[in-house]
Amino acid sequence: MKRALPLYALGAYLFLHLPLAILAIFSVNASRFTIWEGFSLKWYRAMFADRDLLESAANSLLIAVAATILATIIGTLAAYALWKKASPWLAGSLYLSLVTPEIVTGISLLAFFQWIFRYLHLRLGMHTVILAHVSFSIAYVVLVVIARLRSFDPALEEAALDLGETEFGAFYRVTLPYLAPAIAAAAMLAFTVSIDDYVITSLVAGVDSRTLPMVIYAMARRGVNPVLNAVSTVVVAGLGALILISERLRRTA
Amino acid sequence: MDAVLELANVSKAFATHKAVDDVSFAIPRGAFFSLLGPSGCGKTTTLRLVAGFEAPTVGEIRLNGERIDLLPPYQRNVNTVFQSYALFPHLTVQGNVEFGLRNKSKDANPAADKVRRVLEQLELSGKEARKPSELSGGEKQRVALARALVLSPEVLLLDEPLSALDPQLRQQVRAELRDLQKKTGVTFLFVTHDQEEALSLSDTLAVMRAGRVEQMGAPQELYRKPRTKFVAAFLGDINWISGVGVRPEAIRITRGAEPGSKMAVVSATSFLGPSAHVTTTIEDGTRVTVQVPSSDGPYAAQETVYLSWSATDELRDLK
Repeated sequence: MKRALPLYALGAYLFLHLPLAILAIFSVNASRFTIWEGFSLKWYRAMFADRDLLESAANSLLIAVAATILATIIGTLAAYALWKKASPWLAGSLYLSLVTPEIVTGISLLAFFQWIFRYLHLRLGMHTVILAHVSFSIAYVVLVVIARLRSFDPALEEAALDLGETEFGAFYRVTLPYLAPAIAAAAMLAFTVSIDDYVITSLVAGVDSRTLPMVIYAMARRGVNPVLNAVSTVVVAGLGALILISERLRRTA
Repeated sequence: MDAVLELANVSKAFATHKAVDDVSFAIPRGAFFSLLGPSGCGKTTTLRLVAGFEAPTVGEIRLNGERIDLLPPYQRNVNTVFQSYALFPHLTVQGNVEFGLRNKSKDANPAADKVRRVLEQLELSGKEARKPSELSGGEKQRVALARALVLSPEVLLLDEPLSALDPQLRQQVRAELRDLQKKTGVTFLFVTHDQEEALSLSDTLAVMRAGRVEQMGAPQELYRKPRTKFVAAFLGDINWISGVGVRPEAIRITRGAEPGSKMAVVSATSFLGPSAHVTTTIEDGTRVTVQVPSSDGPYAAQETVYLSWSATDELRDLK
């Protein structure tokens, strides 16, 4: 049993990560087929030469950064309000937004935008993608921040008031520093869910707002293309680093 | 009397109950004033009303004659030592003690002097760079005191500040607290459920019960002349013999009968260090505890003894 357990764990990890490892290996393969023909960075060069990919990557980054900033601010303040008012029902309703299938979220957002646009004379575009991403990232931010607030002693804010701070000063000088690691972790989580979203994004995107996952999906449908291996490897490496940092922050929190 | 803090007919009702019910008292400047009572008696709510964390439903709170009950906590010149100390975990000892000064003065240097003096006074010199998580319980408590005292409050509010300490440390810190109060001359409003703490520290103490002040006065006066059975029992052990209260230390125990003494049978003796409590049963079946020096006795179970006390030690007509 003692020997079997590590083997079992190894098997589970292989099952999880072997496909990613193979992806990374074939991204530096000279052949365009799944036969090893030697090391080459030509698919990475091809990736940097592809304007569609670069433009969509830039779109994705812009959307993710904007959505992360907005969702983090709104989500943190929402978490603070939920904690202050101790409202388990409202907090619980956040889980609803986590378990809603993406396709449902996407369609509901599309319907919502179309309804609004009838009065505002706007079109789908970057702004709708950003708003959609803000909308589904908020729940993640709230859950991470509220978890940290549960270990916060409310007497600390009273102490700040007692020592001459206003409510805003108490939040800024005491509560916010306490929450900082959780807020950073929440922001990174929001960033990762934003940058890899396909289903919702594809429904609410306009012609000027094609994101990286949308372009990758379109390329994959046209047939095997090793450039995709290179792109995917870069994305996985980047997000992997973010997840590691966010986990580290969450644990030191 | 030069009262620094006055509560006039203050009540605080919450949705489910009345936590503070028509409480009035005045604290003379420089006094050590305690609110004593069991948990839920309203003593902590009273403190929070003075600090400004709660607003009274009716009544007025005056500081130096001016109404403060409508002001937010940050506009009242009173400061609190919290039961949990509530030290800011992300700041050092220095940062914690400076916290309130940043709101008070723009001038950096006198503030730095003040911080250094108060840290010295509380024997925290050399620990300025430590975080609260690196301090012992006693040190945390001293930082909480320093953080409040550095602002020279008109009244220092202390919410059971000794309850988080080890019993051994508590005795020592109690004495230090008394010294600190005398040395600084700051008025202390001290909340506790520990009658020994309240009796040994206070100039004046108010015993609270169910939101009301049951009796108020000097510790000796309350102990010797309680007006109610509740106050008599809360301030120390007491025997109720035919409707009259007699404290265990007021009863004399003898092996031979004396004029006016009552016969009793010993049921148990418990050794308390310097003294011992002998539990006896008198003829009408009432249990009577007698305090004796532990060098006395020993009194064996079932032994017949005689109890006597002076009429002046009887607590009569208690409500």
